Amino acid sequence: MKMSDYNFAYLDEQTKRMIRRAILKGLAIPGYQVPFASREMPMPYGWGTGGVQVSAAVMVPEDTLKVIDQGADDTTNAVSIRRFFEKTAGVAVTEHTDQANVIQTRHRIPEQDLTEGQILVYQVPIPEPLRFLEPSEVETRKMHSLEEYGLMHVKLYEDIAQHGAIATAYAYPVRVEGRYVMDPSPIPKFDNPKLTMAGIQLFGAGREQRIYALPPYTDVVSLDFEDFPFEASKADHACGLCGAIDSYLDELIVDDQGARMFMCSDTDYCAGRQEETAA
Amino acid sequence: MTPLLSVEGVSKFYGSRIGCKDVSFDLFPGEVMGIVGESGSGKSTLLNCLAGHLVPDQGTVGFDTRTDGLRDTVTMSEPERRMLSRTDWAFVHQHARDGLRMNVSAGGNVGERLMAVGARHYGDIRAQATDWLGRVEISADRIDDRPSAFSGGMQQRLQIARNLVTGPRLVFMDEPTGGLDVSVQARLLDLLRGLVREMGLSAIIVTHDLAVVRLLADRLMVMKDGHVVETGLTDQVLDDPQHGYTQLLVSSVLQV
Repeated sequence: MKMSDYNFAYLDEQTKRMIRRAILKGLAIPGYQVPFASREMPMPYGWGTGGVQVSAAVMVPEDTLKVIDQGADDTTNAVSIRRFFEKTAGVAVTEHTDQANVIQTRHRIPEQDLTEGQILVYQVPIPEPLRFLEPSEVETRKMHSLEEYGLMHVKLYEDIAQHGAIATAYAYPVRVEGRYVMDPSPIPKFDNPKLTMAGIQLFGAGREQRIYALPPYTDVVSLDFEDFPFEASKADHACGLCGAIDSYLDELIVDDQGARMFMCSDTDYCAGRQEETAA
Repeated sequence: MTPLLSVEGVSKFYGSRIGCKDVSFDLFPGEVMGIVGESGSGKSTLLNCLAGHLVPDQGTVGFDTRTDGLRDTVTMSEPERRMLSRTDWAFVHQHARDGLRMNVSAGGNVGERLMAVGARHYGDIRAQATDWLGRVEISADRIDDRPSAFSGGMQQRLQIARNLVTGPRLVFMDEPTGGLDVSVQARLLDLLRGLVREMGLSAIIVTHDLAVVRLLADRLMVMKDGHVVETGLTDQVLDDPQHGYTQLLVSSVLQV
């Protein structure tokens, strides 16, 4: 099939308009989950169908795209989505955070601060933060509309009662502008403080058919107890490759003897620091 | 004295069938009222109308709110009504699993209402939960166990603790002792009676068990086919029943 057989960025223009309307509504009501008519995408649910649709809707031909999966530019999911847009949109791609206009991410926020004009698109598996506490969608919507969020703290209470500390390490619930409680997608709670940023953040859940958004500089507060305050935790090590002590680390087993190594999960950040050291 | 709950001509129909029809009464602070009747007589329908779970087709249910005095809870906005049901009201279900979160620990179950009204201090929440488990005779070392690990009687007591922790003024109980064996029933009734007296609670108890209302209720309302057929002081109604159906009901109790 020739490139010209696809509409720009795969989706047809009507679909993109529909998604843009949902995005605009999401930006107008930060943290509110806007339902949208999610399309079948040429990839399985759970691989980022929501993120891809949002990216396709905001993308223009002049854009430069970066895709990360758990912080890395070179993993299967990141590579295939990047190639998907290279093929269907013909946009430029990059691995450098500061050169991208649109960054689609799964499970991480880049270490380098985003600037105004950049868009961060998250892939979201389950958008409803109350889902595992309240199975009924009717009820959770009502709880959101009436601001009944006591249940969210029941989950944190259970954590402390069982583990002695808030053990939720990812998808840590946040309150947006003092109104909606939001699931920040499965980013580590280390990234939660970065949710208040200069860039636009869009969240797309394809299977669950929801879009939500955070405009720049939105006030985002991680939920906690007065005597168990929120803590943005990470492994207590330095990166084995670049020596960074301020970045989120992955733990790798590097040989058959079980030797371990910690390294930055953000590959672009790590590579940049290594280059600096070499220069 | 202003009534805590003032019910005026409440009716609920299921299509052409009558759920309950034209029920009126006043409940005063500290008073416990029993509603008895056979299955299908409209007791639970009435209770659900009063507690805001069902919308009555006719009538008003006035509640003496702390801030604005007597308000009709039927026409009240939903957030206000839900706020009432988290703070000033309590609802004890017949089956404890309807009123409990089975996958949340006992402490979390008791603490939920506290967190729902804004408690954000873990230590305080836990201390209150421990205190309430003690009051309903559940030992403190079970605080982190899930209700599924509890016996039926314990689950029911946990449900009561969970409901009373925010200090409600009005408790709705739907067959609170149903499905429990008699010795467990007796302990639960003892406990309930103690709590009601100690906290000065008003309560509406729906039951088909006349022994329960004899022990707990000051006043009695007898229902049949959706209508109230007899009302009066508990002892008066049970000892000198006037209506034919009440006479039948009282004489149907098995004597041991």
